[in-house]
Amino acid sequence: MAGIIGYGAYMPRNRIKVEEIAKIWGADAPSYKKGLMLQEKSVPSPDQDTITMSVEATKYALKRAGIDPTRIGAVYVGSESHPYAVKPSGTVLAEAVGATPEAHCADFEFACKAGSAAMFVCMGLVDGGKIEYGLAVGADTSQGAPGDALEYSAAAGAASFIIGKDDGVAKVIDTYSFMTDTPDFWRRSYMHYPRHAGRFTGEPAYFKHVLGCANGMMEKVGMKPKDFAYAVFHQPNGKFPMRVGKMLGFTKEQIEPGWLSPTLGNTYSGSSPMGLTATFDVANPGDMILMVSYGSGSGSDGFVYEMTDKIDAVRDLAPKTREKLDSDKVYIDYGTYAKYRRKIRMGE
Amino acid sequence: MSTSARYWREIPQRYRLEAAKCTSCGKQFFPPRLVCNGCGGREFEATKLSDKGKLATYTVIRIAPSDLTQQAPYAIGIAEFDGGLRVTAQVADVDFDELKVGMPVRIEFRRIREEGEAGILCYGYKFVPVR
Ligand SMILES: [Zn+2]
Repeated sequence: MAGIIGYGAYMPRNRIKVEEIAKIWGADAPSYKKGLMLQEKSVPSPDQDTITMSVEATKYALKRAGIDPTRIGAVYVGSESHPYAVKPSGTVLAEAVGATPEAHCADFEFACKAGSAAMFVCMGLVDGGKIEYGLAVGADTSQGAPGDALEYSAAAGAASFIIGKDDGVAKVIDTYSFMTDTPDFWRRSYMHYPRHAGRFTGEPAYFKHVLGCANGMMEKVGMKPKDFAYAVFHQPNGKFPMRVGKMLGFTKEQIEPGWLSPTLGNTYSGSSPMGLTATFDVANPGDMILMVSYGSGSGSDGFVYEMTDKIDAVRDLAPKTREKLDSDKVYIDYGTYAKYRRKIRMGE
Repeated sequence: MSTSARYWREIPQRYRLEAAKCTSCGKQFFPPRLVCNGCGGREFEATKLSDKGKLATYTVIRIAPSDLTQQAPYAIGIAEFDGGLRVTAQVADVDFDELKVGMPVRIEFRRIREEGEAGILCYGYKFVPVR
């Protein structure tokens, strides 16, 4: 099977606190903080988008991979906030990191699962012998409608992976996917903000698919929660990944290293992939890791990784995800946030 | 020439910081040029600007050109890179009282400007402080 040769994550420096959003809409901040386990989220600057964050995350992944980027045979960016409606994000990324012109390229979209979908396809192409290395990115700068519950969580970030046929830092032991047609969250063409089905996004959507995928994945490889050092689940808020982990029989300690959402927010296509990078940062050779993504609409991709000795040699070659999240930040007020996210109607 | 054609032509420099080094005297150029102004040489080898430099000078723009008004105020700086190369770019993610000659900066890929609501998005490099 394929392996992850290099990885990297990037998030913007701006943060907004739950209290700052709640005060504008007269909402009860403590109930969001406690109910959804969210404290603050990342916010992109006006000059940052899915493409720019994909490039920075990929620069980190390439530092760790140490490969010549012209050997990359596939470039896939998964996002629900591609900057163009028509024109790929992947071409800009490929050009910026020096992977052109001999590479296959397409953008992926599957709500919050687009990043893991890109990883899944790269692994298949590597296993099938079609490419030597694949570049898979999950990145988003998603928006929630002002005052909507999603506004407290919709955040910005990117994770990038170089996938190749050698073991790399983490061997891909196996993959599994689980999906149905479930209208829990969507955005129609030309609409600025997504819509969601409220409480329906929980049980029949997130929990059904993450549980179905995690159980199917573990059954396929014949493993139980105690066999894993860590587990990473999609993080639409702070609460869901912890709850789904407990339902499956994982402990808080197994989930915590990759549990970024309380201070990062939901980075959509970047969410579980970024959690995986933070977990790689602390994992030891031989550790087994379960990752399960979730994308509305709905589906989950499951992965089982085994860390190799190479992780110790490469983890310090680029910024570590949790350290970057905790150290390099600046708080903005709602006015600045509204300006940055273009929520203010300007003169023509 | 349309903006998109000019933008496209400059992609190697704007995206990948491709520079040129004169093969006879070693002088480096960013962006690359056809004739070396040091020795008149016409042969160059491709190099890449290192991604870390030092701010040599800066200013804060408060009255911006029309396509950048929403970004104002913003800082512009000239930074010096390995080999003495000097590059001008916007300094992003900086508090203005943090700006100092000699401060270490690195390069990040950012959206530079956009051609109105319907035109192309132009990407390229900006400096950000090394923290
Ligand atoms: Zn010369």
